[in-house]
Amino acid sequence: MLAMDYRGPYRIRVTQKPEPQIEHPNDAIVRVTRSCICGSDLHLYHGMVPDTRVGSTFGHEFVGIVEEVGPSVEKLKVGDHVLVPFNIFCGSCFFCQKELYGNCHNTNPEATAVGGIYGYSHTAGGYDGGQAEYVRVPMADIAPTVIPTNMDLDDAVLLTDVFPTGYQAAEMGEIKEGDTVVIFGAGPVGIMAAKSAWILGAGRVIVVDHIDYRLEFVRNFAQCEIVNFKDVRDMAIHIKKMTDWLGADVCIDAVGGEAMGDFMQTLTGAKMKLQAGAATALHWCINSVRKGGVVSIVGVYGPTFNAVPIGNAINKGLTLRMNQASVKRHLPRLIEHIQAGRIEPKQIITHRLPLEEVADAYHIFANKLDNCIKTVLIPPRAVH
Amino acid sequence: MDTPQQTTVGKHNGHAHIQGWGADLDHENRPAYPKERTPPRLEGLHWHEPDQQAISQEVLHSNERPGLTPVFGTSVPPSGLSGMIRRSAFKYSENDMRHWLMLLLADRINMLEGLGDDLMHGHIPNIFAEMGWKSELKYNRAGAIKKVAIASAVVGLGYYLLKQRKQRY
Repeated sequence: MLAMDYRGPYRIRVTQKPEPQIEHPNDAIVRVTRSCICGSDLHLYHGMVPDTRVGSTFGHEFVGIVEEVGPSVEKLKVGDHVLVPFNIFCGSCFFCQKELYGNCHNTNPEATAVGGIYGYSHTAGGYDGGQAEYVRVPMADIAPTVIPTNMDLDDAVLLTDVFPTGYQAAEMGEIKEGDTVVIFGAGPVGIMAAKSAWILGAGRVIVVDHIDYRLEFVRNFAQCEIVNFKDVRDMAIHIKKMTDWLGADVCIDAVGGEAMGDFMQTLTGAKMKLQAGAATALHWCINSVRKGGVVSIVGVYGPTFNAVPIGNAINKGLTLRMNQASVKRHLPRLIEHIQAGRIEPKQIITHRLPLEEVADAYHIFANKLDNCIKTVLIPPRAVH
Repeated sequence: MDTPQQTTVGKHNGHAHIQGWGADLDHENRPAYPKERTPPRLEGLHWHEPDQQAISQEVLHSNERPGLTPVFGTSVPPSGLSGMIRRSAFKYSENDMRHWLMLLLADRINMLEGLGDDLMHGHIPNIFAEMGWKSELKYNRAGAIKKVAIASAVVGLGYYLLKQRKQRY
């Protein structure tokens, strides 16, 4: 089968690889019909995630058709068109029993801090991902969700990560009616977080980025205020001026370790890799939120350490909330939101490329060329 | 299409133009509230503990757990010099910086192993294609030319300095 093949930082290609096999009795093999490139894939692409082995296939956002099921699969049927949450989870461990599916303890032998994730290095379990024609899907009876017949596949594929992560970012902000919510990052997750903040009853939503076309997009898509940080001398002062000198009620880091905006953070975190990514957005969150406010983190950082003003967080009495999205628990409600017309996630898709052009797709997305917001890869066998 | 949920606080009803505003204001509508929720609302769960996946290749595991998990990935088993470094890295816990630094070192060595493997199989990798330079030329031609010019200048300067040094001795 054709699959994306990681060769080292900034280098990927498509290669013929063996088709995946049933390896566990509750596995399924899924023929991929849509696969996205996620902002967090760029951390792998840039060599920031430890134990990213040459020959790996990335891709944790995908939908597809079930081609084969293992002997213990009872619920999922061959031919089902499913969306597959990016978390690989067992449903029965201590954490899954609390619906913390992103923290499953039974699917990742290589690290205890994170559960299994498709195509996200051996630090996240060593699973091949969905930027391929076929993918192995463990725990087939509980993880995949059959796509409703009236749902567009483009909306469905954005339910595997982007929309749930953006929604959970807002939900972890514990938004109360009328709250002012500042979201750092106008990428796909930040855009979804902005829309979700309204759904949760925010009174004011402000999105900060430095890419003009993305800011314009989020202003139109989520009807929010925007700030280009290139026009701002000091972010914390700017947000305080916008909020009667108090600070925002909720700040969301939807950027993670590849943040721009602070030379030293970018140099030591993103370029020299002396810390687990550039923590500029997180720094701004802590210093821009009001005392007693909430900082919600969904931006992805590496497993080592970051320089952040934790003393300020203590002195301000902040609540810090963070996690990988627990996709499965959000899905029923988020499907309702799409079906009710409250949100149309597929509007963020700007690029569609065949899987064969995966190297260009990554380059376009990573470098924000051609006004790219979200890229979908279509495998050659998607239509057969 | 629904109409925005009306609330008792009048000052925020100015959001009527925002589709879906306040639909999940009530905690009952928030799927992740409360943070920990037991029992899980899962259909299809028919095991207390997942079956153990058969071990068909070398799989490293964190020493912060007693052994392998019931389910695991089999993307790329450790091999070569990078594999040796990875095995050593897993002697240290996730709490120990050496674990992560050794894995990053192994990743860089693995990249060189990948190049060597390509060449041994008679495949000369098209680095420019792998880095997506076709799209750079298509969408950012000026930037691409600038990058090539800077890279050429750096290489040229290096060559010149090296030549000067050789002539001096």
